[in-house]
Amino acid sequence: MAKITFVEHDGTQHEVEAAAGTNVMQAAVDNSIQGIDGDCGGMCACATCHITVDPAWFAKTGARSENEESMLTFLPEIAETARLGCQIEITDELDGLVVHLPIEQF
Amino acid sequence: MTAIKEIPLNELDPTVQTRFQSGEHYEVFDRLRAEAPVYFHEDTQYGPFWSISNYKDIIEVEANPKVFSSDAAYGGIWIKEQPKDTIRKSFMTADQPEHDVQRKVVNPIVSPTNLHDMEKKVRDIVTLVLDDLPLNEEIDWVERVSVEVTGRVLCELMDFPVDERLDLTTWSDIVNTDVDAGTEISDEYKKLEALAPMIKKFKELFAERTAMPPQTDLISMLAHSQETADMEPQQFVGMLVLLMVGGNDTTRNSISGGVDALNKFPEEYKKLRENPELVDSMVPEIIRWVTPVAHMRRTALADYELKGQTIKKGDKVIMWYCSGNRDDAVIEDPYQFKIDRKNPRQHVSFGFGIHRCLGNRMAEMQLRILWEEILKRGWIIETTGEPERRFSNFVVGIDSLKAIIRPA
Repeated sequence: MAKITFVEHDGTQHEVEAAAGTNVMQAAVDNSIQGIDGDCGGMCACATCHITVDPAWFAKTGARSENEESMLTFLPEIAETARLGCQIEITDELDGLVVHLPIEQF
Repeated sequence: MTAIKEIPLNELDPTVQTRFQSGEHYEVFDRLRAEAPVYFHEDTQYGPFWSISNYKDIIEVEANPKVFSSDAAYGGIWIKEQPKDTIRKSFMTADQPEHDVQRKVVNPIVSPTNLHDMEKKVRDIVTLVLDDLPLNEEIDWVERVSVEVTGRVLCELMDFPVDERLDLTTWSDIVNTDVDAGTEISDEYKKLEALAPMIKKFKELFAERTAMPPQTDLISMLAHSQETADMEPQQFVGMLVLLMVGGNDTTRNSISGGVDALNKFPEEYKKLRENPELVDSMVPEIIRWVTPVAHMRRTALADYELKGQTIKKGDKVIMWYCSGNRDDAVIEDPYQFKIDRKNPRQHVSFGFGIHRCLGNRMAEMQLRILWEEILKRGWIIETTGEPERRFSNFVVGIDSLKAIIRPA
């Protein structure tokens, strides 16, 4: 299990528990976190689970895939630590992960 | 005519346009999903192709643009092969890396800032259109509302002369005309000929915007972008056509189809009037229900295993969105129009992957504001007949829908 903190645009924080093997998008949807849609169900195909990883955690979340890179170009601005939540697999090492939610999804 | 359930699968052509007009195409796809969700048709009016009819398989194909190409060079997104010299290329019919480069140019039009600015403009347009409507009198909802709202919004987005807005609708309809429909536009060359005034107009506007300082409209964006400014005329016309059709027909038919759906499910309409806040979840449900674009084509660039079938390199693959949106493995009671679904955005109408609809939020915004304003006025839109549907297996078009507005 890993604890993940979702920080809304206005600073409101939500802490959830997620099982290893699942992903950040799923953790948000399962816990009804507003601001993560996950329309495609985790196929890296819609960019509606866009989040920004807290810089301190970015290296641990792994690298963006080519497809993910492409889906991120849907966004008006791509932050350096922008990711798609569905592409970050939860591992025990991510216990304590902090991610920031955008104003709205695309 | 033989009942659909009695036709052997290998003789069942899912592309028959008249079935899309009558609604029988749903029976065809119910069969395909149940009997052969990944199916190779050997003989159709467009020759052989694969039908992908399940929700999840459609996403799998969409998510793999390296194998499933949209590039015009292999046949693009068209089920019917196009003569090479009539093809207009755009990012919709480009693979990577070209796709990203071109799409990025127009992406700012749907940025949160721009959408926010558009909100008030769309509300002004909707108000203008609704205030002009007669009450207690039969009108054509398509002509008076759907065409007007989408045409005027498109003028705003392109900074196109508003008094020439009907040209955009006419051109968009020409682009989407099925050449087998029996109209004067019987082939792609005739289509190009009929579009000559559009090409002339777009070239003029492009030159005009190039000479002016950059503005926020789409044509100016294209004219001043490094990536697109040096485009061949055929290419920027391709881009403009894509933006014109994308921002026109689809939303227009969703506006009309939504009114039809509410009238066919009166208990949902009642629910909406009693709970106007349900507009938010009704809008994506309308888009699922209508599925304004029935399919898209891809071409396999390598062999690919899907559901135990081998799609061969070079094969034509059709993703049937109209079928994915009726897949009960993902959508509960798919044949029920429900304005308060828990996951209303779970539908394939916008496609997925890198070619996902660019204007999805813009489309939703227009529908939302239109319904907010209708409900605010306390109006009931009562249809007086069946929608007149277009001969097409691509655009789910409603050409006419008669209705009477009953005031509160």
